[in-house]
Amino acid sequence: MLAQTAAIIIFVAMFILIISDKIERHYVTLGCGALTLIVVFGLIMHSGSAIMETLNVRSIFTAGFWYSTEAEESSGINWATIIFIVGMMIMVEGMARVGFFRWLCLRIAKLVHYRTVPIFITFMIMSGVLAMFIDSITVILFLAAVTIELSRLLKFNPVPMILAEIFCANLGGSATMCGDPPNIIIGTSMGYSFFDFLTNTGAMAGISMVLVIFYFYFVFRGELRKKEGEVDPSAYPDPKDAVKDKKGFIISSCIFLCAVVLLVTHASTHLTVAAIGVFISIVTLAAAGRHIPEVLKRVDYKTALFFVGLFVVVGGLEQTGVLNAIAGFIGKVSGGNLYAMVAIILWVSAVASAFVDNIPFAATMVPVIQGLASGAQLNTLAWALSMGTDVGGSATPIGASANVVGTSVCAKAGRPMGWKQYCMAAAPATAIVLVVSMLFIFVRYC
Amino acid sequence: MEKQLIISVSREFGSGGYAVAEELAGRFKIGFYDHNILDLIAQKKSGNADTLKKFDEVPKSRLFSRTVRGFSNSPEDVISEMQFDFMREKAEAGESFVIVGRCSEAVLKGHPGLVTVFILGDYDKKVERVCEKYHLSQSEAQSLIKTKDKKRKSYHNYHCDLHWGDSRGYDISINSSKLGVSGTADVIEAYIRERFGIVYSGDISAE
Repeated sequence: MLAQTAAIIIFVAMFILIISDKIERHYVTLGCGALTLIVVFGLIMHSGSAIMETLNVRSIFTAGFWYSTEAEESSGINWATIIFIVGMMIMVEGMARVGFFRWLCLRIAKLVHYRTVPIFITFMIMSGVLAMFIDSITVILFLAAVTIELSRLLKFNPVPMILAEIFCANLGGSATMCGDPPNIIIGTSMGYSFFDFLTNTGAMAGISMVLVIFYFYFVFRGELRKKEGEVDPSAYPDPKDAVKDKKGFIISSCIFLCAVVLLVTHASTHLTVAAIGVFISIVTLAAAGRHIPEVLKRVDYKTALFFVGLFVVVGGLEQTGVLNAIAGFIGKVSGGNLYAMVAIILWVSAVASAFVDNIPFAATMVPVIQGLASGAQLNTLAWALSMGTDVGGSATPIGASANVVGTSVCAKAGRPMGWKQYCMAAAPATAIVLVVSMLFIFVRYC
Repeated sequence: MEKQLIISVSREFGSGGYAVAEELAGRFKIGFYDHNILDLIAQKKSGNADTLKKFDEVPKSRLFSRTVRGFSNSPEDVISEMQFDFMREKAEAGESFVIVGRCSEAVLKGHPGLVTVFILGDYDKKVERVCEKYHLSQSEAQSLIKTKDKKRKSYHNYHCDLHWGDSRGYDISINSSKLGVSGTADVIEAYIRERFGIVYSGDISAE
């Protein structure tokens, strides 16, 4: 009981400190993780095995961590998630260095002859597709920057376009195992493949994407047609100018394609996401040559450290039986009814993710749903959790990292966006996707 | 040799600090920046100044804000940073100017040409001034003073180490109710001339 209370206090304190935004979040999770190890596992439980299971270092040195022929569930620190995320960060930084993302955005703008509405629609699709493979922060950083550049040339208000791009990045991220951190956590914890996600959450995201494009077009059509001045076609940028290093650009594009192929086929090749992350980062660094320090300097190590601490704190709840108790409570409330369980998981995850970071929420909920169901029912709850955490974050400016970065880029360009403006457009779209997802799950799995 | 002069004026609402700042800019014939900074920023970025002004000198809500990789969703934060950058650029460019509020005394701290002033006032005099200037009743004026000062304090204390109005953060703290706007400006002007050895306006760099 004392261990449970201590684990809960540490977990709640971690959440409050993350929300208060006073201390950088990786310090918060690492500090709370250290407290969990020392106070909960050491001083109260005197359990060396709980410490070892939560640190989970031994798993890295097993063959199954890198090459796995069967689905494996894991607990404690999810090293596969961390290694994969760092590997993809290195690849993305390599691509950014050579100008890949800016080139892609400008190429598409040129293909649609620099017309505002086609740019709006194609950028939404591009945002969703790119976010299926790379992190949504990077997608939005580049898309928003190019959108602002184009808005100054084509004299339109960039805010609606950036808002729609943010939403589609979050939606695209929900479609695949590597698109959004909660999916990587869910996938690696439950042993799902890229195709498992694509054929389940991917189908929901695909249907929703079509509806969302219509929705945003309908909401912003007036704004998009408004011109804020005279357009000068001679000032249109040439996509070629975006490429900073032609040879590096070709190599980076090949590495990206290679990563996509490896991810899509990992169920057949049996390479785990950790193996893919390590391979891709080694190839990227080898290709970067003398630019290695530049690429490594830009990698966001703080996020990796944040994950390490977070998994330890969640491990504290898991080892002390708190998460099993939560699972028992949800089971009791739903009366074992799958429809009710899906609705609770989906909507509670969505509402929570709209206000708090969806990564700790997903990491906490994975053991909960594992305690709540098994077999086909567990898979159904996993898809509900994935859609809830990935899409719920779209509703508010602080719900997901892409929202924070996108709104910040807008404000820096002299177009600040308050909560009201953001939520008026994004919250109904979030509700549409959640309703679509719930109905899809009910019809297909229940 | 021309000297660079930057006068940072922080003020309680209703103290007449704004008028003192304007008077000093006129006497030294130097630029004057307040919320007009946002007009200049909006012009540069093709944005709307009125939208930016909604978030001017307002503290962010911690509960509704988040920072990711150095990016903040809070417009209040971003707009503050843009104003701080603007001040730094002007100071680095060698321009002389008067700047009202915006944590300028902390943002430009250490600049050799900087003079920092905090202007306060007696409560009854401030209420009287606000009633007259904004055509308000006494209770409305009291309420407005309370709200405005609370916001300024909270905004300042969020961005700066020393608290708003703490005399250790300023070269001069002066009660404008004792000498009036003109008399207060006289005292500050005399201090500046003595400190920097300024005899003529031509001794001060324009940019």
